[in-house]
Parts: sequence; structure tokens; C-alpha cells
Amino acid sequence: MSNTPANPSAKSDPAKLAKLMTLNLRVWRQKSPKEAGKFAAYTLKGVSPNMSFLEMLDLLNEGLHHSGDAPVEFDSDCREGICGSCSCMINGQAHGPELGTATCQLYMRKFKDGDTIVIEPWRATAFPLVRDLVVDRSALDRIISAGGYTSVKVGPHAEPNSMLVSKDNAEKAMDAAACIGCGACVAACPNGSASLFTAAKITHLSLLPQGKVESHRRSYRMVTQMDEEGFGHCTNIGECQSACPKDISIDTIATMRREYMKAIVKS
Amino acid sequence: MRTQKIISSSVFQKYLMAASGLGLVGFVITHLLGNLLLYRSEGTAFNNYAHGLEGLGGLLYAAEFGLLGIAILHVIVALTLTLKKRRARSTGYSSVLRSKGGKSKSNLSSRYMAVSGSILLIFIVLHVIHFKYGPGIAEGYSVDIKGETARDLHRYVVEEFQKPLYVGLYAGVMVFLGFHLRHGFWSAFQSLGTNSPKYSKPIYALGVALALLLSTGFLCIPLWIYFGASR
Ligand code: FES
Repeated sequence: MSNTPANPSAKSDPAKLAKLMTLNLRVWRQKSPKEAGKFAAYTLKGVSPNMSFLEMLDLLNEGLHHSGDAPVEFDSDCREGICGSCSCMINGQAHGPELGTATCQLYMRKFKDGDTIVIEPWRATAFPLVRDLVVDRSALDRIISAGGYTSVKVGPHAEPNSMLVSKDNAEKAMDAAACIGCGACVAACPNGSASLFTAAKITHLSLLPQGKVESHRRSYRMVTQMDEEGFGHCTNIGECQSACPKDISIDTIATMRREYMKAIVKS
Repeated sequence: MRTQKIISSSVFQKYLMAASGLGLVGFVITHLLGNLLLYRSEGTAFNNYAHGLEGLGGLLYAAEFGLLGIAILHVIVALTLTLKKRRARSTGYSSVLRSKGGKSKSNLSSRYMAVSGSILLIFIVLHVIHFKYGPGIAEGYSVDIKGETARDLHRYVVEEFQKPLYVGLYAGVMVFLGFHLRHGFWSAFQSLGTNSPKYSKPIYALGVALALLLSTGFLCIPLWIYFGASR
């Protein structure tokens, strides 16, 4: 297909497109939760800087498949940073070195030819390992089931002026609602705490009229569930907000604590 | 059942940690204010102050017990939370967790609160034994205050800080105090939920200033005495 229009970015930097990299990968391999895992070393040739991190893993898996080995299992779905499926600890950083980016949106141009990349699964007792890089994050779903919803019937289209939401609150709620539930906050937290996740959900709902109704019950239930799942405590280090692919702020954690205090006092 | 769950919840534990921590910060501030008198070469003012405190009698005991209670609470909650941390990540990472930078508050103070806290705890116990329960009137450290025989604490402090080991030890520990407060002060407000985008930055800056002021304020006392500036 010689008449395919050239990629504009490739045109501006043809050297980048041309220069394929060779990477040294150390990938966590573990067949099942019961078996012991270990790192496997792979040398991967032909990595384009314009590949996403997951495409790089696809390339690795193609090679493994051809040689008859089991491919590396990893989670992914949308591959455009909105579903929260992808999850890799890349050189000790959740979702890799770039701020505000999920693994699927991380491009290999962030790495150099000859780099060694260590890839591990999220590590938290509440996230039991399933296989290789896949962990079970249903603990987060259970926190949502405990109270991350609204059960009031808001009816069909309400008259919008009857219940005003300030622009400030609408924006704060929207920022918190950006959470995709990937669990990077837990993975990056030195204490393995799920505070940022839980706080984002509590903040999001507590700022909107539909969510206000149950806000006290919600903060109590969600925090209780978070603790029961065995997540660690928060020491306000704030590494979670840097790891978060959606840039959710730890201000939401302060909000969660305020909401929890209200829940204690008012009920 | 519910009350029990609330008290043991991670969020409530942070309230306790924060409130007790702020209480301790309050004490450290008053302690330094009193100790500023040590910057005077002549010991009357300091001895008067110490004697005055002792003269409070029951009130002083009440304050001391209160303070002890707050300190014990701070330590116990810290221990429970640290144990929880171990359980929360039973299998660790092989690579070292590296900060991504950005808005993260990950630094030596925030990551090693348990280390600086433990050092401070050991120091406080030794420090109380060293000075509060150190030699007094019976050992000849006596001074006359308005016709009453009082403890010459000033002379004892000055004598002790002629020993390089004590000077180094006291000054060194104060660096850890600074590190502990730098993260701790802001963290307390965050834990109590008072932080908001508006106040978070100024509170952090205030914490850094307070940490610097308190640690250098204390740190310079032994140095000041040792290098003879007080004479
Ligand atoms: S695969 Fe959907 S967010 Fe990365």
C-alpha cells in the first residue's frame, strides 16, 4: 500500500521510526497462585519507539508463541487509557515512568535501546496474583458494592434549575469521577493503601445532589470494606497521586476523612 | 459493634495519630520557648523558670500525665498502623519502589517517619532520665531562689554540654525531629480532613518552617553552650 498517507509525526522524525530498539526484559512469571514465581529474562529485538508498552508485550508474546512457550499473561482491554484494565509495575513505578499515563498509553519512546525493564504485577495482599502479571482486583469492586452508588430514584429528566450544582463542585466531582479503578494507587503506595481509590469515589458522589442523600452511610461502609479487604493505611506520602493515570489528587483523601467524620457525628 | 469498627478503622486511627501528634507539637513549642532561657549565660532566669514549673505541684503532674498519655497513644497507634502495612503487602516488589515525582510528597521525611519516630522515642526516654531525673539538690546542684533552696538545673545542663558526646547526640537527634515534623505537621491536617486545595500548600509550608525553627532552636542550645558562647 504505497499510497498510504505518511504518519505526520514519523515524517517530522523519521529517525525515530526507523531505529528499532533491542530491550532486555525481566518479566515476572508465575503459573498459578500456588506455584512459586520467578523472573524470566528475555531479549526482545525490533521494538519500535512508536509501540505502546502493551504492543511491546504483544511482540514478546508472538515470539514466545512461535517458540512454543506460554505467553506472558497481562490485563488489557480498551488500550486507550479509559478502562483501567492494564496494570504493570515497570521498573518499580506503577504504569511506568510517565505521569498521568496508564500502561497502555505509555510509549516505548520513553525507553532507550539496550534498556533493561523489570516488569512485575501489582503487589498487595488484597490483590491476589492470578497468573504472571495478572492480579485479582475484585477487592476494589467490593468497595464499590459497599456504597459507591446512589440508590435514590431521580426520575426522568429533572428540571435543571431546581437543584443547582456549583461549577466548582461539578468540576471537583468530575475530576474524582475520572478514576478508572486500575489500582495503581494501591500498587505505588508504600503501605499498600486503597485510600485514593475509595476517596475518589466518596468525593465524586458526595459533591452531587444524587449522592448527598446517602453520603454518611456511604463513607462509613466504603471505609469499613476497604479495611476489611486488608489494604494498608495511608501515611499521606502522596505517591498515589503521582502514580494515578487520571491525576486524581490526594485532596480527595482529605474529603473522605471529612465525610467519615460527618458520618460518625451525624449518625 | 459499629463503634468498635469506627475506632479500629484506618481513618479513625489517623485522627488519633494526627490529634496526638499535634498535641506533641504543642508541647515541643512550649518546651523550646522555655529552653530559650538557656541562651542566657547567667542561669537565674532558667532556674527560676524550672523552679516555677515545679511549684505548680498537682497541675504539673496532671500536665505530665496528660502528655505521657498522648505520647503513648501516638506510639501505640503508630505501631498498629505499621504492622498493618506489613500485612497489606505480604509479597514485596523485587525492584525498589521508585517515586514518579510529580505532586508526590515522597521524600526522606515522609518515607521514614517510623525511623525518625523511633529515634525520637528512645531519645525522649533517655533525655527525661538524663535531665529530669538527673542529679539535684542532694548532689550539690543547689541554688538559692528568694530564700528557698532550689535545683541548679542550669549548672547541670551547662556541665553536661561540655561533653562532646552529649553535644553531638542531642544536636544529631534534633535533625530527626526536623524530619519528623516536616512531614508530620502537614500530614496531621491531611489526616483530620482539614486540607483542601486552598490550604494544603500553606499548611505544608508552615510545617516546613516549624520543623526548621524547632529543630534548629533546640539543636543550637548544646552547640551554643559547648562553644562557650554562653560564657
Ligand atoms: S487497557 Fe484500558 S486503561 Fe489501559
